[in-house]
Amino acid sequence: MSAAILTADWFLLGRDLYYRKFEIYNMFWQPNVNLSNFIASSASYGGPIAIRHNEQKFVKVQGSGGQPVISIFSGSGTQIASFKWTRRPIVHMGWTNDEELVCIQEDGMVVIHDMFGKYQHVFSISQKVQDTKVVDAKMFTNPQNLTGIAVLTSNFKVFLINNIKEPKTRQLSELPRSNIQPTSWVVLSEDTTDVLIARGEELYRLKQDEHHISAMLEPDITNKYTAILEMCVSLNARHLAFFTDSGILWLGSTDLRTKYCEFDTNNVHKPKQMTWCGNEAIVLFWEQDHSLLVVGKYGQKVTYYYDSSVHLVPELDGVRIISNMQHELLQKVPDVVQKIFRINSTDPGSFLLEASKQFQKGSHKANEYISLVKNDLQTAVNQCIEAVGYEFDTEIQKMLIRAAQFGKCFLSDMNSDSYVHMCRLLRVLNAVRDPKVGIPLTITQLNYMKGRFQELLKRLITRNMYYLALQIAKYLKLSEKDGSSYILVHWAKHKVGQSQLEEETVAREIAEKLGHTSGISYSDIAATASECGRKKLAIKLLDYEPKASKQVKLLLELEENTPALVKAIESGDTDLIHMVIIKLRDKMPLGDFKMTVRSFPVAQALYIKYCKEHNQQALNEIYIQEDDFSSQAETFIADSLDDRKNHMKESLLSSAAEAYKKGRKDLYALMCEEAVKLSRFQKEHEEKVPSAKNKLLDKSVNATCRALLEINELKLAEKFRNEFKIPDKRYWWLRISCLAQQNDWTELEKFSKLKKSPIGYAPFVDVCLDNNNRQEAMKYLPRVSEDCKVKYFIKVGCLEEAADVAFQQRDLQGLMYVQSKCGNQFPSLLEKINNMISQLDTRR
Amino acid sequence: MSQHLQGGKVDISLIQTSARKNLINLLDKCSGKKALVWDNSLAGPVGLIAQYATLRDHTVTKMYPLRPIPLPETDVDHVIFISRPKLHLMDYIAQNVHSDSKTKSGSRKQYHLFFVPKKSLLCMERLKHKGVFGSVILIDEFKCQLFPFESDVVSMEITEVFREYNMENDPTYLYQTAQAIIYLQQMYGRIPKAWGKGVAAKQVWDLVMRLQRENNNEDQKTNQQPCVDQIILIDRSVDLITPLATQLTYEGLIDEIFGINNSTALFPIDHFLSSEEKTTESLSEDKKQIILNSADKLYADIRDKNFNAVGAYLSKQAKAISAQCESTQEKSVQEMKLYVQRLPQILAKKKQIATHTAIAECIKEVTDSYDFLDYLQAEQEFLNCIEVDKPSPYIEQMIAQGKPLVKVLRLMCLQCIANSGFKPKVLEGYKRELVQEYGMNALLAVSKLEKVGLLKLQSSTRQYVALRKALRLIMEDTSEINPTDISYVHSIYAPLSIRLAEHVTKSGGMKQLQEVLGLLPGPTLDETVTASPGLITGNSDTPMTVLVFFIGGCTFSEISALRFLSQQEDSNVEFLIATTKVINGYTFLNSIIEN
Repeated sequence: MSAAILTADWFLLGRDLYYRKFEIYNMFWQPNVNLSNFIASSASYGGPIAIRHNEQKFVKVQGSGGQPVISIFSGSGTQIASFKWTRRPIVHMGWTNDEELVCIQEDGMVVIHDMFGKYQHVFSISQKVQDTKVVDAKMFTNPQNLTGIAVLTSNFKVFLINNIKEPKTRQLSELPRSNIQPTSWVVLSEDTTDVLIARGEELYRLKQDEHHISAMLEPDITNKYTAILEMCVSLNARHLAFFTDSGILWLGSTDLRTKYCEFDTNNVHKPKQMTWCGNEAIVLFWEQDHSLLVVGKYGQKVTYYYDSSVHLVPELDGVRIISNMQHELLQKVPDVVQKIFRINSTDPGSFLLEASKQFQKGSHKANEYISLVKNDLQTAVNQCIEAVGYEFDTEIQKMLIRAAQFGKCFLSDMNSDSYVHMCRLLRVLNAVRDPKVGIPLTITQLNYMKGRFQELLKRLITRNMYYLALQIAKYLKLSEKDGSSYILVHWAKHKVGQSQLEEETVAREIAEKLGHTSGISYSDIAATASECGRKKLAIKLLDYEPKASKQVKLLLELEENTPALVKAIESGDTDLIHMVIIKLRDKMPLGDFKMTVRSFPVAQALYIKYCKEHNQQALNEIYIQEDDFSSQAETFIADSLDDRKNHMKESLLSSAAEAYKKGRKDLYALMCEEAVKLSRFQKEHEEKVPSAKNKLLDKSVNATCRALLEINELKLAEKFRNEFKIPDKRYWWLRISCLAQQNDWTELEKFSKLKKSPIGYAPFVDVCLDNNNRQEAMKYLPRVSEDCKVKYFIKVGCLEEAADVAFQQRDLQGLMYVQSKCGNQFPSLLEKINNMISQLDTRR
Repeated sequence: MSQHLQGGKVDISLIQTSARKNLINLLDKCSGKKALVWDNSLAGPVGLIAQYATLRDHTVTKMYPLRPIPLPETDVDHVIFISRPKLHLMDYIAQNVHSDSKTKSGSRKQYHLFFVPKKSLLCMERLKHKGVFGSVILIDEFKCQLFPFESDVVSMEITEVFREYNMENDPTYLYQTAQAIIYLQQMYGRIPKAWGKGVAAKQVWDLVMRLQRENNNEDQKTNQQPCVDQIILIDRSVDLITPLATQLTYEGLIDEIFGINNSTALFPIDHFLSSEEKTTESLSEDKKQIILNSADKLYADIRDKNFNAVGAYLSKQAKAISAQCESTQEKSVQEMKLYVQRLPQILAKKKQIATHTAIAECIKEVTDSYDFLDYLQAEQEFLNCIEVDKPSPYIEQMIAQGKPLVKVLRLMCLQCIANSGFKPKVLEGYKRELVQEYGMNALLAVSKLEKVGLLKLQSSTRQYVALRKALRLIMEDTSEINPTDISYVHSIYAPLSIRLAEHVTKSGGMKQLQEVLGLLPGPTLDETVTASPGLITGNSDTPMTVLVFFIGGCTFSEISALRFLSQQEDSNVEFLIATTKVINGYTFLNSIIEN
């Protein structure tokens, strides 16, 4: 390919200011679409094209029954959707930044569809607008990259919405003498969004302040005119162009302080479209002669003629020209491309390209060219790599890539990252530019997009091109979160939106495809299903959600109370269970709530625990409902032990006894009754017996008895003992420990002889020893039963006797125990014991 | 970082470091002077993570316990409450914030609350309800799941786990336990194999699997080579005998008698003073606080021994030291120099020996008493199934003597288990006795014990008898000094839980185990999650690390028994012990019967 061919589509609009216009697609829609009959609109960043019949032109419309039709095409002219417009007449049709179709109706309603013509939602700009009528509307992108709308009403007021996602309507300041119709207007979105409006030769700037009074602006224009017919502002909002009824085009800054040029177009008709191409040229198209005029900032021009009408789409780095046959891009030739391809260029990239071409031809000239750039080889390679990104033609791409690769060979320390990166990028760009996909995205646009690849994936997802998106994500090695998971979740959301599919299958298909990959939120998908009114499917999908918290929350929203509770319980997270319980209690009828909770033991347990803390009343109700008499009784008993409720003690205990009786726990009932009896006894005798004052109350049966013994109320103690059935053994224990404590040794001895002790006589020894009376203790030793005699002799300290007894009893263990107690203090005894041990040992 | 936490195949100090970082990050969120108000149950354990000095470096100037009384006036910028998510503590906090914000300095103070380890919905609701939700600026989580105790022991330090699950059917702490295991896995890699016994064990592991699925995406670290080869989950309700049996190891006895909290115990001071000190010193404190962990080498050596072997060991050590000190005369200059260099160590060791001798004396005083010996005798008779089916005269005597309720109940529960449940008559008799001595409180306590199965009526099968035989729970003839079997920790009784662990980790042990598993309550868990290289080859030479997680608490005797197992020559298992709390019979029963 010679340089002449490569630059054949270039033209000059000033010194070194090259522009080019080249075909991207041959439109698939021919011959069905004749743009002369249609009003078209295309989303930026190579977005879809919507067309509708121009009602001002009479054409034969087939089969639509008189209703207008909106058709949507991809950049390459493949029809994506087509739908009948059944609403009010449309004033303006445009696209948002995320490729949603916006139709502004004459009644001020804004209707939003997706690119498949599926209705999304509608909102009204404002009542004021609805009351009048919209005569014109414009869409704009504000500096935050959000899509806004401006409308002009029939009474020539301008209303503005800065962000279509959160529609807040503002009315702009009014024109002086506002009853005269403006001739043209344009939105100027800088830091704040204003509107420039022309009425005849007057020009005003309207602000977002109703009370602002606009002064007339006076642009520096020498050519006479009576009206400004069209205006346009560059995408960066710095440059303004207007076209007057005398055919003059004025170019300058938006603040009107600087004029770039005045240009006579020799055409007094209002152009069909006028738009900036980048920041240094303006493009005008006239319907009358199908002429396309490109005017440079400094007044140079080029004119093209078309067979039929075209539609201009301003892009950040150029203008797309959509005609019946073709889809073209008009742009300023990027600097680096210019450096390489410009005829007689002496830039290193240009030489490298030539060298590479010669090398492929097998010509020795390759070497000559290489030596020309030897010193700048790095720059040369970089230029080729950079330039290739701007090219749409794969042949040119290959040529440049080959050159870069060739140059790389001569560089030992070249970092290949940028090369590799560009190759990957090219592959992705070529894939989306493919006519089947039809997104004519330039590298400049891609780099400008927020989130770059993410945004690109989003665009593919919007087109339901999940497979391509997945491939790209994989190819670009995006993380699962940004790549495959993100795409799959959207795919799933799309899937659940298709109401014709059977729920079970959809849920299964989704689960199969998504599996348990990271970053997948089934609950998000389920939420979408729920929004689409497919509750059952949502519930099925939630089954796959691994995060119980998300699952439960959505189930609650779906009013799936019991499943929410089940899932919460399954999660084991009691916080979640509590949350469900509290929510259910608040929104279910009490009876239903109780029944629901009751059927889940864990929920019931937690609810009981909750009630213990928060609602004693409800707790009792549960116990009664569940016939849980023991718990009821225990609550009463616990209350009876509470000091603050001391005055109710007896009645609480009686209630406890009642409850136990109902629950057939007779022993416990009896004990409660006995406790009541005890309390009465204590009260009674604290009053009756002066020495018992403050000694009985709140004591147990034993302690009361002990207290009575301590104050020597023997008879009373005896009576008490019978009344409360204190067993003999225990009474004896009480008695002797009291006596020993009181050091009443004679009484103790008397008592020991009263009758045969039911507890033996070892305790007598113990109580004496406990009260430090070894002498008394010894008295009882002979009566200690045989089997613990050794031990008690030792206890008292009579080691020798202990040894003797052990020997008599042939108790080897006992002897050894005595031996261990001897230590080294009693050598003779130790010897004796050793003797005994050996005797026993031999006898065995 | 604490030295004594390192040394095992699994570096426990990582837990300490990560928890400390977490705490410090939280503290640094509040710049300026801070007062910390601690939930009492946390102040001690957090000391294991960050000393006061560390906190002071992060401008913590005051520390108070969380109580239902107003805070003292302080000139700090931030008051930070650090608390478990418990409702009554929220009330205290609300009270504190209310009263403190009314004081002079209150208006410029900021209040914060860190939950350990996790916020709870009900607590947040309670704070809202009390009207302080708005006054508490920062509510965050101090995600400390486990507190590091030793190079082989970590604990969640939650007393109520057994009670809440078994009595109230509240699985909150099982979830928390599962999260603790997840945390361990994040730290040390995914555990490839799990064995467990008991309802709680199964449920915890199910939750672990579930949480793992939930978190699948978030933690990449779980792909690391696992440090732990197997986890053994033991639900405390599978082995209720062990906590009831008296521990007879050195450490176990210290815990039984004096109580060990956060590796610290208090002893009566008079054993630690020389005779002059005893007379001259006006005893300012009557308790001596001693930190007991393996930073003390001597303690590390004797803690797991049966107490009867401790005396001999100590005296041997004492002799060795004095030999070192005395033989100074015949030393060359070189040797002398070496000796002087080592002198500080020798002196330190001497001091350690003195300390432990004093502790041993304190213990001996108790263990030599008839009270202790009689109790132990009764206990061992029960374990041997002697006269277990009748009311025990000894228990009746204890009741008559008004011995502490929990002590009586401990023995009673042990008898109940040994007899595989009481005959109705016996149980009724006991109940009567108890209520007459201890009042209606005893009735509540008993019904609680019945709810958790510690007291019950006899069923047809005699599980204990069968278990005792099959698992050789009673070993009469083992030596306490040179033990050959884990039964030395209770002198005759081998902890059931540890027998299970022993069988599970011993090659061929599983088969024997199958027969008895049916006798134990709850399902058996036996899962291999991922095949680890060590397990595939089944190579008995590669050392294995096994994490034994006790759900509901474990005793020091169990810890000692596990250490004993891994020290055996033919063993290739290193045990790592995690528990919800280190317990003994008293703390265990108290956690159940207290309100």
